[in-house]
Amino acid sequence: MTDTAPTAELPAQVDLRAEFDSAGIADILASLDRELVGLVPVKTRIREISSLLLVEKVRKKFALSSEPPTLHMSFTGNPGTGKTTVALRMADILHKLGFVRRGHLVSVTRDDLVGQYIGHTAPKTKEILKKAMGGVLFIDEAYYLYRPENERDYGQEAIEILLQVMENHREDLVVILAGYADRMDKFFASNPGFRSRIAHHIDFPDYSDAELLKIAEILLAQQNYHLSPAARGALVTYIAARRQQPHFANARSIRNALDRARLRQANRIFDAGGAVGIDALSTIEAPDILASRVLQEATKG
Amino acid sequence: MRITQGCFSFLPDLTDEQITKQVQYCLENKWAVNFETTDDPHPRNTYWDLWGLPMFDLKDAAGVMMELAACRKANGGKYIRLSAFDSSHGWESVKLSFIVGRPASEDGFMLVRQEAGGRKLRYTTRSYATDKPEGQRYK
Repeated sequence: MTDTAPTAELPAQVDLRAEFDSAGIADILASLDRELVGLVPVKTRIREISSLLLVEKVRKKFALSSEPPTLHMSFTGNPGTGKTTVALRMADILHKLGFVRRGHLVSVTRDDLVGQYIGHTAPKTKEILKKAMGGVLFIDEAYYLYRPENERDYGQEAIEILLQVMENHREDLVVILAGYADRMDKFFASNPGFRSRIAHHIDFPDYSDAELLKIAEILLAQQNYHLSPAARGALVTYIAARRQQPHFANARSIRNALDRARLRQANRIFDAGGAVGIDALSTIEAPDILASRVLQEATKG
Repeated sequence: MRITQGCFSFLPDLTDEQITKQVQYCLENKWAVNFETTDDPHPRNTYWDLWGLPMFDLKDAAGVMMELAACRKANGGKYIRLSAFDSSHGWESVKLSFIVGRPASEDGFMLVRQEAGGRKLRYTTRSYATDKPEGQRYK
């Protein structure tokens, strides 16, 4: 982003709409709406951030440039609520707006940042940071970085390096921390430096049953499957029953359930034998879903 | 006497902005960039000390520049050279190399004449800096 335009040639007016279209954000936001079900607060926040960045970009044309905005974010929410998916989109949006230069996403966890012995952590963390420069660094389950129960834990060292780079290289990389809400709160409470360096705290809500059904249909359509009307009804019951069980991981649970349903469908077709048509191959029937352990136990109990 | 080794050495020293652009060019070609330092700048001294590790899989020059800043801080008065290594099959060699840091004053070289049998003369060069032991040069 080199802005060498002399002050004498400042434009009188800038068409915001044209700027918006030329950045290609409209496409991303539309695809966000199309492909990501629910997540209204998240989408609103992304819209807000995009407009802020767009206005910032236009201000630059008028030589009104200020400090580069802090774009580090934290995504909190239950498992399977789409944090990683949104982070990928975020990298794309920031790249199109010109706030990160390359627009790639480096996704890491504690293991990639923290070393196993003295002197191992700093080079490891720096290596990851160097790879993430010009893009987005996504730290999944960030609260694992800090382990208060072990005072000799090397996580603290990684945190210090991260904080330093987040502050000094604000224009070079954007850090996104993700994790479950309650544990992230604890993490921020014990690392106040992190909280203040992160401008955008975005909370990912759980999906409703209707949203999960829609997600299931999108997932199946992507793999060229569809549900028979009876299977659709079965899936509605399944989602309600699955939610009551432990380790419910929103969209991830649904994806796993669908994978198992495909397995049963394949088995059913195979057992039936004979010739199969395209319709039989791409339809998930009610028995494929009703055979699930979740529903069996629900009816038993 | 100004040392001229590697690319761009007959030009004025590159600014950080120019180095960034060169590095970006290297990264876009998927070359691994690394830094080496020495305080013995004889042209036949190919064994410079490696700073850190060669940086593979980087996307943006900012990461390399961060490492250069750290290297300069630690090796202030020494020569620093940037090399870009192409690991692709069939090449596996350094594609670009230039000096990105040098001492404030460079001592230059002495021409040594050795009288050999007959009226023969043998010539060699010797860096004035190497009068002092390693680590005490260019202070």
